[in-house]
Amino acid sequence: MTEEAQHFGSTDGNEFISFCIGEQEYCIDIMAIREIRGWTPATILPNSPDYVQGVINLRGSVLPIVDLAKRLQIKETEPSERHVIIITQIGTQIVGLLVDSVSDILTVQDDIIQPTPDVASEVANAFIGGVIALDERMISVLALENILPNFVESEAA
Amino acid sequence: MPFIEWRLKPQTGDNTLDTMESIKQTFFQECEDLLQDLESGLILMNDGEGDDETINSVFRAVHSIKGGAGAFELTDLVKFAHIFENTLDEIRSDRLEATKEVLTVLLQSSDLLMDLVEAAREGGSCNEERSQKLMDTLAGFIGAPAETPTETAMPDFEPQSMDDMGFQPLVMDFGFDGDGDDQQAAGFSIHFTPTAKMYAHGNETARLLATLASLGDMKTTCEHADLPDFDDLEPEGSYLSWDIELTTENEEEDVRENFEFVEDDCELIITPLGGISLPELPVLEDLEIEPTPVAIEPETLEVKAPEPEVKKTETKKNTETKTAKPNTGAPATIRINLERVDRLINLVGELVINQAMLTECVVDAGLSQDPSVSSGLDEFKQLTRDIQESVMAIRAQPVQPLFQRMSRIVRKAASATEKSVKLVLEGEFTEVDKTIVEKLADPLTHMIRNAVDHGIESPEKRVENGKPEEGIVTLSAAHRSGKIIIEVSDDGAGVNRERVKQIAIDKNLIQEDANLSDSDIDNLLFMPGFSTVETISTLSGRGVGMDVVKRAIQSIGGRVVISSTPGKGSTFTISLPLTLAILDGMLVTTAGQTLVVPLTSIVETLIPSPEDIHPMGSNSVINIRGTFVPLVDVGHELGFTQEPTDTNNCVVLSIMTDDGVQSAVLVDTIQDQRQVVIKSLETNYGHVPCIAAATILGDGRIALILDVDHLIEQAGQRTPSPELPQIAAE
Repeated sequence: MTEEAQHFGSTDGNEFISFCIGEQEYCIDIMAIREIRGWTPATILPNSPDYVQGVINLRGSVLPIVDLAKRLQIKETEPSERHVIIITQIGTQIVGLLVDSVSDILTVQDDIIQPTPDVASEVANAFIGGVIALDERMISVLALENILPNFVESEAA
Repeated sequence: MPFIEWRLKPQTGDNTLDTMESIKQTFFQECEDLLQDLESGLILMNDGEGDDETINSVFRAVHSIKGGAGAFELTDLVKFAHIFENTLDEIRSDRLEATKEVLTVLLQSSDLLMDLVEAAREGGSCNEERSQKLMDTLAGFIGAPAETPTETAMPDFEPQSMDDMGFQPLVMDFGFDGDGDDQQAAGFSIHFTPTAKMYAHGNETARLLATLASLGDMKTTCEHADLPDFDDLEPEGSYLSWDIELTTENEEEDVRENFEFVEDDCELIITPLGGISLPELPVLEDLEIEPTPVAIEPETLEVKAPEPEVKKTETKKNTETKTAKPNTGAPATIRINLERVDRLINLVGELVINQAMLTECVVDAGLSQDPSVSSGLDEFKQLTRDIQESVMAIRAQPVQPLFQRMSRIVRKAASATEKSVKLVLEGEFTEVDKTIVEKLADPLTHMIRNAVDHGIESPEKRVENGKPEEGIVTLSAAHRSGKIIIEVSDDGAGVNRERVKQIAIDKNLIQEDANLSDSDIDNLLFMPGFSTVETISTLSGRGVGMDVVKRAIQSIGGRVVISSTPGKGSTFTISLPLTLAILDGMLVTTAGQTLVVPLTSIVETLIPSPEDIHPMGSNSVINIRGTFVPLVDVGHELGFTQEPTDTNNCVVLSIMTDDGVQSAVLVDTIQDQRQVVIKSLETNYGHVPCIAAATILGDGRIALILDVDHLIEQAGQRTPSPELPQIAAE
């Protein structure tokens, strides 16, 4: 391994990309992010939850776009060209997350991530993996696993 | 960056361990071929159609598996293959007669061998007891205790631990070559007598000898004593033979390789210089099937450098498998990594999209009137289609291996139910996309089991009904109008409609007073939660019924229907698309959305007059030439709009569903009819009700491919069915 590579995986902590949804700030582990792109109109998927905006074509593959604001029950996004799609890898699937804007890259030590405060909200329990306090700001670490709808074993008999 | 990294990863990481593993994988792949040869050979013999070559090929298959297994120290496999091989050898040398009883055991042995190979591949183990029992039976045939030969054979496979060499796969070479008969002589005396057939096949002696000469010093004498007078001379006959003395460092098999393509069309005797001439012909066969276990000679190992050997191993193995096949007339083939083929198919998919894109651009630019542009575009389109079809043909493979596996299922099922059943295969050389073949295995297994378990009656009952004791299950495949039709039929009792209906009523699947046609009743078999046999049999009653079969077939874009005649039997007909990658579809617009309707389900398109459309409850029907057909408003049904489509300005597609029910769907307009590339929605998302897949249009946007049957079904059951995934409920 080269020195550079060592530096990359060094003890400086994990890197996160933070973004805004309305007034709230969230972040995702940078390793889960494949790319960030501008908003493009999506093809509506019928019979899908309302937070699934639809599907877009990313260099030949079809990927769903999740309106994160709606998913986190914050508000409904009226997508415009100023919105941003964060392409993330969740397990084996590639999913686009629609957010208002991307703000920062944070380098965070594992130990400053606090557990999610017990606010008895389903959203908090399902989607937030922890919180980071940074310069008076609170940034929630998004837990990506539950973002997509939980498909019942397809068309279960 | 992470994106690029991700794409590159699968191509890197090539170390010795992988090489070793990949050679082992190759062995298992070859095992599959060999097991197929084995089984088809045994079945031929069982049908009394085998000849000497059949038993030879059967023997070679087992021998090669044993050899390869020895190289990988798969002891269970070697142990069993050894005794199996010995039994076959007894038959081959006419010391044991291949009676029906013997063949039954041999077929069981081939099944077990398959299981053992599978177990070795998965790293599991097989039922020891069964293996021991069969070994004892086999040993009984050849009059030797099972243990003795295996025990003596085993040490041959573990000499001079290969680990010391640091390169285990080397062993493979010897394992496969089998003859272990290393020629250290410095040359060969070759007697070569071509037959007229060899010339007819376009081979020339002069060329063969020229290439042979490249192996070393060669002295050739032409024997022309048989040459008739000119008047008697057949212009296409063969009268000459050659005696060749070749001084070479190469081994005998290299010399043989020179004659590889003509070995069936000539007499070839190769003897080491100064050696004893071998009396029988053709010699190659004898050498290959030498029954002595593979002997590894350590000194040969030492002199060979391991590295370059890898390639050699590969090539030799390939020649070996080729010659081991009974059918030497088969065209030359190569093994290709499936990933490469898939990549090619994806690229062709992109090409199809690109072609559509280009066509749109040309139209937009107003150039489509230019004859040279439009004819160029047409040609491009044609070429794209040709390329696509050729690429698809690469993936196509005959259904034969799959069908052959079914004969095993029939044997097992028949013995479990104590019925006598024969499987008849038809059209097994029909070629089907590899993915489809793979996905067909489970449903087909289920259907075959069902046919034996539920379809065929017990022998007594058959005799009573004046049928032959042995039931017949026919499995056939054919291409028909751009589709693949696979049929499973039995000559059993047919569907017992009274009982089926009663069960459906008992299980609350239908109303008691439901008025059903015969075909409606037959189709009840496909309903979820239906299982005809009241007591769960060991065989087919596992709580899963034909509905699973139906769903599996639908998932690969196929449909399945049943037809049945009481007393005569039932036929299940599966129709499948030729490929899973590209589909002919009609582009339609509804409520501002572009959708693709698969062309195969569209019967006709028509522009209705508003008075033909009548509301009926919450649905509507349309009068098509005097018949009222249910009509589904696509945009409304999919929730694209709350407003019903304007019936003054719309198009109706007349649809024939899976179950043969006529129906119609309503859309705004038809845009185009074209080939679309199928992109899975499941990869990155999940199953969407009423949507089969997605595709990418010329402008780069995504259009959804409609699952028409599901849509019509859903529209039929207004109230949301509990069967649908409860996505929104989350």
